[in-house]
Amino acid sequence: MEMKYRAENRQLTIRLSGELDHHAAKDLMDSIDRLLEQNLPVKTFLDMEGLTFMDSSGIAVVLRAKRRMEALSGSLVVINIPRQAARVLETAGLNRYVELV
Amino acid sequence: MKPKTTNYIVFECLSRSANEAFARGAVACFAAQLDPTLEELGDIKTAVSEAVTNAIVHAYPDTLGRIVVRARVLEEDILEISVRDWGRGIPDVKQARQPLFTTGGEERSGMGFTIMESFMDSLTVRSVQGKGTRVTMSRRIKPRRTGQ
Ligand SMILES: Nc1ncnc2c1ncn2[C@@H]1O[C@H](COP(=O)(O)OP(=O)(O)O)[C@@H](O)[C@H]1O
Ligand SMILES: [Mg+2]
Repeated sequence: MEMKYRAENRQLTIRLSGELDHHAAKDLMDSIDRLLEQNLPVKTFLDMEGLTFMDSSGIAVVLRAKRRMEALSGSLVVINIPRQAARVLETAGLNRYVELV
Repeated sequence: MKPKTTNYIVFECLSRSANEAFARGAVACFAAQLDPTLEELGDIKTAVSEAVTNAIVHAYPDTLGRIVVRARVLEEDILEISVRDWGRGIPDVKQARQPLFTTGGEERSGMGFTIMESFMDSLTVRSVQGKGTRVTMSRRIKPRRTGQ
């Protein structure tokens, strides 16, 4: 699991690549928390294009990032979701809570 | 009548989270002989990841324990996977299988069983408190015509 980010004009883009499972999720959550605290974005894009695998641990990551963004009065958008990850997010009905593009 | 087993693998691992990737990868390699589509393979990997993660996270919360994974081919085209642990068990399986039910706090989503259920054709959970849990799931891989 790898994470890269770009921040400008209080807009943050977080790019994920590799496999997002429970093993990877804990560190990733901590990293995202830290990024949000440092940058205080009003809008965060979580870019999943590079994900080769994601299980339900990814749902917890997305929901947590969403809650943190709401606490900052901002919003989260999940973009470029690969097919396998999309199936996991859809099964969880996440499209009702988070903007998935 | 009992279905005929045409092939199987069994492996045991310690409940370390680094083994999640190994377990789903090993089962996916084994499943390849059924010539699944990429989507079927993704579903199988996801379901295995959920079951093995549960054994790692919930069965052995503060110890390391044994996990045994078995994958079988039944009747030529059915993949059956079982994940077994000797951990603390599930007090109420019906409740545990409900969407969003979790004892794992903010780090878990409570969607593991729901995903296993919807990505596989069948899911059976047998658990005895203090003794352990066995999750068995199966999926028929539709034979495809090759060489076109
Ligand atoms: N192998 C297991 N041993 C003990 N408890 C388990 C096991 N698998 C699942 N559980 C219980 O069932 C609940 C629901 O599991 P699941 O649907 O995968 O959601 P999550 O893992 O996100 O909590 C868990 O929170 C846990 O309480
Ligand atoms: Mg789970």
